[in-house]
Amino acid sequence: MIKGLGSLPILGGIWWAGAANSLMTSQKRSEILEQLNIEPILPSAVPSIGGDPIRVGIIGFGIRGEQLCRALGFATKEWLESMKKAAEENPKHSALKDFMAQDALNVKLVGVCDVFDVRAQNVVDSFTTPDNLVVRYRTYQEMIRSGKVDAVIIATPDHWHAPMAIEALENGVHAYVEKPMTHTVEETYRLREAAQKSKAKLMVGHQHRQTLSFKTAQDVVKKGTLGHVSIIQTNTNRNDDNGAWNYDIHEKASEQTIDWQQFLGTAPQIPFNKNHFFRWRKWWAYGSGLSGDLLSHDYDRLNCVMNMGIPESISTSGGIYTHRDGRNVPDVLQVNMEFPEFSLGSSQTPDKEKGMTFIYSATLGNGFNRPTYLMGHDGTMELGNRLTIWPDGQSTKYREMINEGKMRPSTPIFQYDPGANLPDAISSATSQYFADKGLMWTYIDGMRVDSTFLHLREWLSVIKNGGVLSCGIKEGFEEAITSHMAGLSWKLGRKIEWDASQEILKPIEGVDFDAVLLDSPEV
Amino acid sequence: MNENKKFWELKDSVVLLRILIGWHFLYEGIIKIYNPDWTSFGYLASAQGPLKPVFTALTGEAFIGWVDGLNMAALIVVGITLILGIFEKKGAFIGIGLLALYYLAHPSFPWLTQVNVEGSYWFVNKNLIELAACLVIYQMPTGNYFGLGRILNRNKST
Repeated sequence: MIKGLGSLPILGGIWWAGAANSLMTSQKRSEILEQLNIEPILPSAVPSIGGDPIRVGIIGFGIRGEQLCRALGFATKEWLESMKKAAEENPKHSALKDFMAQDALNVKLVGVCDVFDVRAQNVVDSFTTPDNLVVRYRTYQEMIRSGKVDAVIIATPDHWHAPMAIEALENGVHAYVEKPMTHTVEETYRLREAAQKSKAKLMVGHQHRQTLSFKTAQDVVKKGTLGHVSIIQTNTNRNDDNGAWNYDIHEKASEQTIDWQQFLGTAPQIPFNKNHFFRWRKWWAYGSGLSGDLLSHDYDRLNCVMNMGIPESISTSGGIYTHRDGRNVPDVLQVNMEFPEFSLGSSQTPDKEKGMTFIYSATLGNGFNRPTYLMGHDGTMELGNRLTIWPDGQSTKYREMINEGKMRPSTPIFQYDPGANLPDAISSATSQYFADKGLMWTYIDGMRVDSTFLHLREWLSVIKNGGVLSCGIKEGFEEAITSHMAGLSWKLGRKIEWDASQEILKPIEGVDFDAVLLDSPEV
Repeated sequence: MNENKKFWELKDSVVLLRILIGWHFLYEGIIKIYNPDWTSFGYLASAQGPLKPVFTALTGEAFIGWVDGLNMAALIVVGITLILGIFEKKGAFIGIGLLALYYLAHPSFPWLTQVNVEGSYWFVNKNLIELAACLVIYQMPTGNYFGLGRILNRNKST
């Protein structure tokens, strides 16, 4: 009889153990989630872009300009073909599929302005259709004043951002401008004034504001999940030519095909130089290096989540340590931004905690992924396309749950991964860098969506329907001033302070900030 | 009954093997049944090897619910039959099928990147070994020796 029924208790025991374990785990989980009360945020519906199509002109059809046009729904034939090939070689390569799945925006690409003939012609040839002739304009003023464009996208070197955006706004033409919003401090104020006076809408190109995880992170921070955040750490790690701005030099580039004088504009007048034309990000004359190019993104990612505004002071150090190739912008940069008055609330006695340091650390000589961390008294959050939150062992807020063993400092208490289980095929180190930061795409209902597409769509929708832009002049102003402070601090080797009440950089005797920013010495 | 029975015979070992395998299957099934969030989506979506398209297709919205349900049911059926020693041949047969699917979804082929594995395998992994063990159970039923089969089949066996 024992040999007949002996296995019954084993069966019962296993059943009980399995059920008890499962239920206990899920009970623990729901208890934690109940306490955290974080709401994964769904994208807000954007009012549709109705009526006549918006007539858009593109200024600058380089690497970023081409990406922006794709996000608008316009891909060149070469790109379509190369993506088709890529998908044939690797079925996981979904760039073409994602592009085809993108909703059509109610826009017409009607004009292009690019000082390089090959690129301008590429736009005309690729996007001209029987009922829509794409016109090439020789100058941005001609395009903006033609009366034939409603909106322009500015994807030029930095030193052209403000002049073009101001020209557009003063002529009632809507503008989408790439980051950093401006190239000098003085321009930042002028552009703000132009935007405030104009009825036209100005959007700054920080597309990660559309990333779902960032919207959820806002909720995390608002609910005090992390307690008082005293340190934020964000990083740039790249170790490839593309990431170090050594872009390809086009074989057809020459003085005959490039309007060099127009490229230079107000920059130092030097003879034709292909290296400067295609790799302009490496010189202060046209770009702003890590501080304007990548710190600006990282700063705005956090400003979007925490809304902390311009830092009270910035100290920067670094140098040209990994690419001594004639560039004069640093390729290793450490930026400490101080926010002594900033607080998100506290779980401890009042007044014990206040103030925060935001550290941006960058190198173009190492590609190891250092994530973004927000470190609070009660918890730590890793911020990217995914969110992960760990409780802190000494947390006041979670003390009880930690003591009861319901939480463990090593085990995340919250994870948000809108793209879980979606296979990703990422083509290059640099795009991996952007993807991890939530700068390339976001996931909506399990679908991968280009965040630049969402950002442009929001801008177009506000143009048609009114409403508030998620990255308008206020956000752009804060990003630009912060980037310039970081650059100035590196160039001057001293602390740069912001006077919030007067909204000016605290003057330093004998220093003309804009002259320092624009100084582009030979190295 | 055999008067000269040794203390521990082959069939005792097979009974032990049968119960351990049943234990493993049953626990895997129960854990899943009581966890409403469990799904085989991740396992199937990350499938590798020659049958990858088949497994990927199973992750479709129309199938995944059925796949999850059938998987849990099969795990529990194998667990119960092997532990109790009743319909154990059928149980072992289903177990072989399940293990073959698990193996094929993530085969330990040296040219494939091994994902989510805790050991080092070259063609042979634990799924394959458990599959072979199920073959033994299938060929050598022991329910009449230790298990419900002993009670239910008493009339037949005597």
